[in-house]
Amino acid sequence: MLEIRNLHARIAESGVEIIRGLNLTVKAGEVAAIMGPNGSGKSTLSYVIAGRDDYEVTEGDILYNGESILEMDPAERAAKGVFLAFQYPMEIPGVATMEFLKVAMNSQRKARGEAEFKVPEFIRRVKEESAGLGIDFAMLKRPLNVGFSGGEKKRAEILQMKLLEPKLCVLDETDSGLDIDALKVVADGVNALRSPDRAMVVITHYQRLLDLIVPDSVHVLYKGQVIKSGDKDLALELEKEGYAGLIGEAA
Amino acid sequence: MNIHSTPKLTAAETALIDAFGERLSDLPGDAAVAVKRDDAIEALKAGLPTRRIEAWHYTDLRRLLTAVPGHDSTLAARAKPALLAGSTVLPVLNGVSGAGAKIDGISVTRLVDKLVDGSFAPALGAQEPADTVGVLNTAFVADGYFIDIPAGAEIAAPIEIQNVQAGGQTHGRFPVRVGQGAKATIVERQTGEGDALTSSVSHLTLAEGAELLWIIVQDQPDGATHFGQFNAELAKGSKLTLFFMNAGAKLVRQEIRVRMPGEGADFTLRGINLLSGDTHCDVTMMLDHLAENTTSTEIVRNVANGTAKGVFQGQIKVAKEAQKTDAKMACNTLLLSDEAEFSTKPELEIFADDVACGHGATVTEIDRNHLFYLMARGIDEKTARGLLVKAFVAEIIEELEDEATVEVLEAMLDQWFAEHV
Repeated sequence: MLEIRNLHARIAESGVEIIRGLNLTVKAGEVAAIMGPNGSGKSTLSYVIAGRDDYEVTEGDILYNGESILEMDPAERAAKGVFLAFQYPMEIPGVATMEFLKVAMNSQRKARGEAEFKVPEFIRRVKEESAGLGIDFAMLKRPLNVGFSGGEKKRAEILQMKLLEPKLCVLDETDSGLDIDALKVVADGVNALRSPDRAMVVITHYQRLLDLIVPDSVHVLYKGQVIKSGDKDLALELEKEGYAGLIGEAA
Repeated sequence: MNIHSTPKLTAAETALIDAFGERLSDLPGDAAVAVKRDDAIEALKAGLPTRRIEAWHYTDLRRLLTAVPGHDSTLAARAKPALLAGSTVLPVLNGVSGAGAKIDGISVTRLVDKLVDGSFAPALGAQEPADTVGVLNTAFVADGYFIDIPAGAEIAAPIEIQNVQAGGQTHGRFPVRVGQGAKATIVERQTGEGDALTSSVSHLTLAEGAELLWIIVQDQPDGATHFGQFNAELAKGSKLTLFFMNAGAKLVRQEIRVRMPGEGADFTLRGINLLSGDTHCDVTMMLDHLAENTTSTEIVRNVANGTAKGVFQGQIKVAKEAQKTDAKMACNTLLLSDEAEFSTKPELEIFADDVACGHGATVTEIDRNHLFYLMARGIDEKTARGLLVKAFVAEIIEELEDEATVEVLEAMLDQWFAEHV
């Protein structure tokens, strides 16, 4: 479903290269964990997949269902089923969360040539999904993410993911800033979305998230490259021994 | 006004003076009014203010006022449906008030009658030498309404002063008195169909404990020139909320002059300037805190596109007697093009020693992070920009709380965005 080939990407403004020849394949139905020390390029990878224009791809390609997405803007990618759950969801004053959800869902449906949701059906869907995530419906009447706690923001991200039903989910450190109860709610939400026709890329520092969202594959990122891939045991090994040994090997 | 050595009148200045000569015999008023008019036209003969006059520094009227159409009494302006459902409309069509206008429980008088009998003469004239709007209006004012809301009245239905021009020139005055403890909502519509020159001056007095919401909506056509002046005086414990939205005209000067001589009076100003094309829009506020425990907050949000230029001058004076004054002013601008400009001049003059006064100004572009977030959810760029621009100003509208009012004003926003962004 996702195939990244020899990807090189740099910060557009400064020209500093962050991703340096990265290769990664994630199949439909697969949950791939991306781990790695700070500064290894994990968040940059998530932004480049989503299409943020602060980064420039200088070499290589990102194929999604066999098609290159590099020329598409973020909205086009999203309409095709790419979703990024942000590490730090943006607070947007003045845009009511419900209004945002409705515009997002209907924009995607329109782009795919599907009928837009009518208001009652939309509200019913939001109520259903938010209840499952323990989100107070009153919170959704507030401006998007404004004044939400860290946990509320992450739940709101997962709510968007459930409502938009993407095919490729990239979760950037979804566990950061969550207490253990919130982590469980979020992980349950993610697990509920696991399906044979959906791929997930889970970026994290910690085993504790991978205890709850058990990955099919684990990839270690260092200096903008995947330096080792394995199954879920690789994450356990890293938890015990740290990155130092692996980095030494790679060097 | 105090330039004594004006070498040569501009075409616009000459046109104004000529227009006065032509209209003189038709302008209503007794001898006292005529004296005020003569003084006003003498002041105009000294020339329109330039950037050397401090109050007009960012709006060089002598240079900017180029089109002065003549008054044409044969033009017909059509009344519009009320902005807010259920309002009582007081129309002023092509400068003429309605003969049959009345509202239950409120005294409504046509201003032309108060000019003819001279009772309105004392209110005419310039408040200070740089009061060009007052001068221009004094010279030409022909009609308007005097609205007197008795003490204790709670008027549920909004009163809409609907000033509709049909081209040419119109000049109106709107004195409004709100009695002790009375409550009401007034909508001031400044709109029309032609490239007119309009001036509109209102005088509001709030008696003790009165509460008023005043909403100014200006959406003149692209070629129009609009001079507005809102004057208010707040007695003890009274509360005024002034909301304005400028969404039209080529040249706008909207003055807001508020005096708070009553202890504990409260003033809230919320304003939106939507600027596009080559509009020049100047909002100038002069606020006087004159008594103890008076409070005020002012927030102005501006969106500027094209080569539009905007100005906000916010002057707050706190008198020595006005201890415990609390005043906060903010002016935030979103620039949508490289050529658009906005100038903000906050001016605090504080003579009391125990006060809380603050001001802040920001100028920003659309936040790229916000744009990326919305687009990453599948919202196309144009829609995402629209949402963000609307969010920037809609916050101010939502403070009005009344859902029907918020809906109407947001619909105006949507229409403006569809046509100008």
